Amino acid sequence: MSRLLSKMEVDRRLVGLAVVLLIIWVGFDIASGGRFITPRNIFNLSVQTASVAVMACGMVLIIVTRHIDLSVGAILGVLAMLMGVVQTDLLPQFLDYNHPMTWILTLLAGIVIGAVIGGIQGAAVGYLGVPAFIVTLGGLLVWRGAAWWVTQGRTVAPLDHNFILLGGGIEGTIGATWSWIVALIAIVAIIYAAIMDRRRRLSFEFPVKPVWAEYTNTIIKAGLVLIAIATLNAYHLPTRAAERLLENKGIPVTPENLEISHGIPIPLLIVALVAIVLTIVVKRTRFGRYVFAIGGNPQAAELAGINVKRMTVAVFALMGVLCAISAAISSARLQSAGNDLGTLDELRVIAAVVIGGTSLAGGVGTIYGALIGALVMQSLQSGMALLGVDTSLQSIVIGLVLVLAVFSDKYFHRRYSDPTA
Amino acid sequence: MTDPNMTKNPLVEMRDIHISFGGVKAVDGVSIDLYPGEVVGVLGHNGAGKSTLIKILSGAYQADSGQIVVDGKDANIENARDARDNNIETIYQNLALADNLDAAQNLFLGREVTDKFGFLDDAAMEHKAREVLHRLNPNFKKFTSPVSALSGGQRQSVAIARALLFEARVLIMDEPCAALGVHETKMVGELIDQLKRDGLGILLISHDLHDVFDLSDRLHVMKNGKLVGSVRTEDVTHDDVLGMIILGKMPEHLLHLAGPGATNAPTAPEDATNSETSETPS
Repeated sequence: MSRLLSKMEVDRRLVGLAVVLLIIWVGFDIASGGRFITPRNIFNLSVQTASVAVMACGMVLIIVTRHIDLSVGAILGVLAMLMGVVQTDLLPQFLDYNHPMTWILTLLAGIVIGAVIGGIQGAAVGYLGVPAFIVTLGGLLVWRGAAWWVTQGRTVAPLDHNFILLGGGIEGTIGATWSWIVALIAIVAIIYAAIMDRRRRLSFEFPVKPVWAEYTNTIIKAGLVLIAIATLNAYHLPTRAAERLLENKGIPVTPENLEISHGIPIPLLIVALVAIVLTIVVKRTRFGRYVFAIGGNPQAAELAGINVKRMTVAVFALMGVLCAISAAISSARLQSAGNDLGTLDELRVIAAVVIGGTSLAGGVGTIYGALIGALVMQSLQSGMALLGVDTSLQSIVIGLVLVLAVFSDKYFHRRYSDPTA
Repeated sequence: MTDPNMTKNPLVEMRDIHISFGGVKAVDGVSIDLYPGEVVGVLGHNGAGKSTLIKILSGAYQADSGQIVVDGKDANIENARDARDNNIETIYQNLALADNLDAAQNLFLGREVTDKFGFLDDAAMEHKAREVLHRLNPNFKKFTSPVSALSGGQRQSVAIARALLFEARVLIMDEPCAALGVHETKMVGELIDQLKRDGLGILLISHDLHDVFDLSDRLHVMKNGKLVGSVRTEDVTHDDVLGMIILGKMPEHLLHLAGPGATNAPTAPEDATNSETSETPS
């Protein structure tokens, strides 16, 4: 089995994570009498995971460079409040109510402020030499306090109509047709990438995977995309919402017409976009290469002419940008911005990243691992909620799982990792 | 000196270098030189000042006074980048490699090859890495594993290949054989011979005479921040050199080559009285 995997050049850790996720899903499905693996629950799971998943992508880079960011939840809070004020108080002075530019300008403002907040923290870490743990612990208090000050504790609502679509919900999806188009694009991209990679390696006469492994890899990836989209499309709008939608469009309400698919929720689309962009950044750009070089050996990176301090600022600024996106998703999902939004999110994000195989010692980590880690965390929480487990007991279980995950990863990695592989 | 290389200009000369740290004269008026195609060992006990001297050349420290001449021209070396601009590359004892990256990624760290869109061209870099590493070490196979999975000798190959890619003409190797096995030490020796044939000048820094004696054409020996003397390896025995390292004494038949740090140097009689007592190095 392990030889098979290495022939296919599949990350063993990824397979392990996928198996764990599958066990959790099947376990909850059996325990809940078939209520866990349903289109509806999978859809909700994807929406609930989105905010943490986006931040987890950035946290991978932070932890890979041997830092930590404890302030992401608080930054999310303050940015959600600021974006709330921008779209409900500030922009309506210049634009019409629910103007199509409102959500774009709001998100842009959040991203810029997020980058500045992250950049300040990064500068304190990189240039002033204060440990990231301390800077961001301070940041946690500062930004949570700042979140309250934005409106003196008042919850901002209702939010802009278009902005709310970022949080998913009944209208915040792209529907069946577009979902299939996205699936098609994804599959074409998967095949194209596999062909180009192989062709390139052959042109330099490097060893390549056996052809059957290429086919299997591609088919599995494409298959997963199809299953995911089919599942999301199988979740139909509630009858009442479907009726309203049809009436708005002036289409007669008939039983067939009422079967309207949700399709891909917009927050999931955002997660996919963030993950793809960051994976490309990590694997194919200087920036990503330097992030990993700094994590592997900061001294070597410095000697190679990498500006480690500036990189630190950039990585924290990127984290701030992702906090802004997460803040948009989670406030849009709740259709309001409260100053306690994102409380304890830093711990969820770090747990997701660590479960996803990123080493706290730095230098090792993947974006896709963090995504699955986030999904594992959310699955546990949603599953227990579905079974009616007490919230207090949920925390206890999740805490234990986190410790167990890191332990088992260390244990199996030490036992089975073959340095010559 | 009757060095056959004397007809050529030295690649690098360090003249009358002084540096002190808080009143301690770490390097005190030392001059050394290095010719193309030559391997020169810089020997001395811990604290003799050899590493400090070399760090001045590689840009890690700046001398209080003295002159560095590269290719007959005054060179102003203030940092590692300046050293690199003068084609001086240092391979550090702790091997400045990022353990989590593979050989090619390490080779090109800091000057990656990119395609027309600005993305990393890993295939092109791996191709070039295979080429360079094959020349250095035909047995090198692990191009896609992180360098933490490589043996000490293989890691040393990667570090040297990295210097070669930077078109180094002067290679400084700090304890090149420390922590290497017998076989790997031999491998590094072969590498050094090959680089020498390619016309590079190589400075080997070591506190262990046996590591460098057979590899070096000449030896500069330091003690207490001063140069005991510079000798050609073929003119001296192990015991002669040990005498230089431990006692700071030039062998009798080579007394005329003694530096200012030699305790029996005819030019520096006043030193003989006070440093004779400190035979055991600190």
